[in-house]
Amino acid sequence: MPIDLSVNGRTRRVDDDAETPLLWVLRDTLGLRGTRYGCGIAQCGACTVHVDGQPVRSCTLPVGVVESAAITTIEGVAGPEVEAVRAAWTARDVPQCGFCQSGQVMSAVALLRTIPIPSDADIDLAMSGNLCRCATYNRIRAAIHDAARAGSTPA
Amino acid sequence: MSTRRRRRPRIGCLSLIAIVGAALLLALAVLLRPRSLPQPTALAVGAPAAAPRTALRSPASFMAIADPRARSIALFREAGRVIQHPRCLNCHPRTDRPTQTDAMRPHMPWVSRGAGEAVLPCATCHHDRNVEAAGVPGNPGWQLAPSEMAWQGQSLGDICRQLIDPARSHMTRAELLDHMATDDLVGWAWHPGGERTPAPGTQAQFGALIDAWLSTGAQCPA
Repeated sequence: MPIDLSVNGRTRRVDDDAETPLLWVLRDTLGLRGTRYGCGIAQCGACTVHVDGQPVRSCTLPVGVVESAAITTIEGVAGPEVEAVRAAWTARDVPQCGFCQSGQVMSAVALLRTIPIPSDADIDLAMSGNLCRCATYNRIRAAIHDAARAGSTPA
Repeated sequence: MSTRRRRRPRIGCLSLIAIVGAALLLALAVLLRPRSLPQPTALAVGAPAAAPRTALRSPASFMAIADPRARSIALFREAGRVIQHPRCLNCHPRTDRPTQTDAMRPHMPWVSRGAGEAVLPCATCHHDRNVEAAGVPGNPGWQLAPSEMAWQGQSLGDICRQLIDPARSHMTRAELLDHMATDDLVGWAWHPGGERTPAPGTQAQFGALIDAWLSTGAQCPA
């Protein structure tokens, strides 16, 4: 049964089983490989995408559930928060191996859209589901603060 | 002066090698002799532990208790087997952080009621149903009980008094019965998916016990 998905603003028709996790539809069917497979059980956050603006773990989300939703992946996420995060990530040289970073960025952008000036506690709570085995957590937290400051400073 | 020649026993080199070789063979034979491996033995324990009772008693089975107050308490104790089951307690935590599994360990990842809900809501991972491929449980109403309804660390009597206190349960007795007997999220406890242990009995049986307990005056254990 074909499923029409809205991915990064485009309608994409896929013919995957409705129970297939969204992650595999994105990666294998649509070729959007920026979203990573980490654990497959919603424990690491590497597969984070936005569904109707909310961060979700795509490895546990059956694709049939999101037929009418707006899905945004790392390839399509855009806006001032994204630009601020990109600049802060680059300036802080945040990634080490980089595997988890697309999930980290998607969660960080969602946080800044919810709380534009987050505290350390806000960041820790929001990012606690995104694991980084290179332990770049301090740089991630600092970069989110940088991005928040940049976003709050009039251009 | 005569010279005395000491006579030494003369053993040929080949004989010596043969003796040593024979000794080695004998040692090998002893070491490699067929032996039975250690067999597992049962630990010395008492009577085998009884399997947990998975059925719930019906309200009718309590009719033999003549004293209505004692019957009401007995009914609640039976319902308490559900209330104090990990499927229920995990979402009635004593802190803002839920627990998980039958061992009721802290939820991973770290999620928190209150401020945490805004930035890492349950719906990040939990959807409207159990996702068996990933082993992640779900329900359309997936959420924690309010902090006033913390059950972990409470005695069954304390939980009972909490339930019938509208200031803490935020429910009338009719609403309480409806919550226990028909609420879909409560019902998840009997259909938890994966390898999770379901709550004892069925939701209908549990609802019947709560109904009977309320009808007998909603008496609480000490």
